Amino acid sequence: MDQLIIAGRSFNSRLMVGTGKFASNQAMVAAMENAGSEIVTVALRRVDIDNPADSLLSHIDRNRYLLLPNTSGARNAEEAVRLARMARAAGCEPWVKLEVTPDPYYLLPDPIETLKAAEILVKEGFIVLPYMPADPVLAKHLEEAGCATVMPLGAPIGTNRGLRTRDLLAIIIEQAKVPVVVDAGLGAPSHAAEAMEMGADAVLVNTALADTPDPAAMGRAFRKGVEAGREAYLAGLGPQRQQAEASSPLTGFLRNN
Amino acid sequence: MLLQINGQNREYPAPLNIVQLLAHLQLATERVVVELNREILTADKLADTQLKDGDTLELIQFVGGG
Repeated sequence: MDQLIIAGRSFNSRLMVGTGKFASNQAMVAAMENAGSEIVTVALRRVDIDNPADSLLSHIDRNRYLLLPNTSGARNAEEAVRLARMARAAGCEPWVKLEVTPDPYYLLPDPIETLKAAEILVKEGFIVLPYMPADPVLAKHLEEAGCATVMPLGAPIGTNRGLRTRDLLAIIIEQAKVPVVVDAGLGAPSHAAEAMEMGADAVLVNTALADTPDPAAMGRAFRKGVEAGREAYLAGLGPQRQQAEASSPLTGFLRNN
Repeated sequence: MLLQINGQNREYPAPLNIVQLLAHLQLATERVVVELNREILTADKLADTQLKDGDTLELIQFVGGG
């Protein structure tokens, strides 16, 4: 069985999903279920003490899904480390999606602060999954720092633009000794399939499932896309050619000259 | 006593521990991570921790996110 192994733990699904931006908790749960995910991300924010609202965790079955808290909102390593420690104090397993994004317009991850935070968190025993720019040299640094995966972006968060960073993703995939999870910017199942065909180990998707009238159906579509891409990768894709190579025989033509 | 909670200043009668504060705010303790004066508290410490005038609290929860 082709399993995804992260930090010594096995997963059948190579499709991670985020829980943000859904129109309702029902839509979120339907997307997760239909996507067949086993790892879901969550964020940490202040309670609105004047209006506490519903608790997200009451809707997520912790026996079925591994919760992966993110450090979204962190603008530097110190803020990211603080958030990660809070998630751990909440009783989560010490898995963290490290996310350090100082610029709110493009939400690109800060490479220097991400590496700084990763080094601290790995030393504190966290299983660190760092969201990073598609920089192969940084990927090596994060791997050497002890991160459990690398998570390079395809395009900025929420843009649905697909694998804009594909040439660099290919290098990261070629060189990585830890699983590569393409995270951010994937807007269509074809994007996810392409990442998997390239040899990515998994993908993480949020906006594409949340920002659609039918999150359950989109979850199913992404599931198929990820499975198709992975199966094609394992089967072995044929090479691309310049010149045509006929599919039908070159002899026995019905011709009079 | 004056407490700052999530950036808001509020008056509360003493004595008050964190479990009592959360009950007053109608927040289940399992739902909230508490940081008191920049120190993260584990769940077992909440009942034993008495609040005092000038304490700063962050009450953090999990929400949807990517």
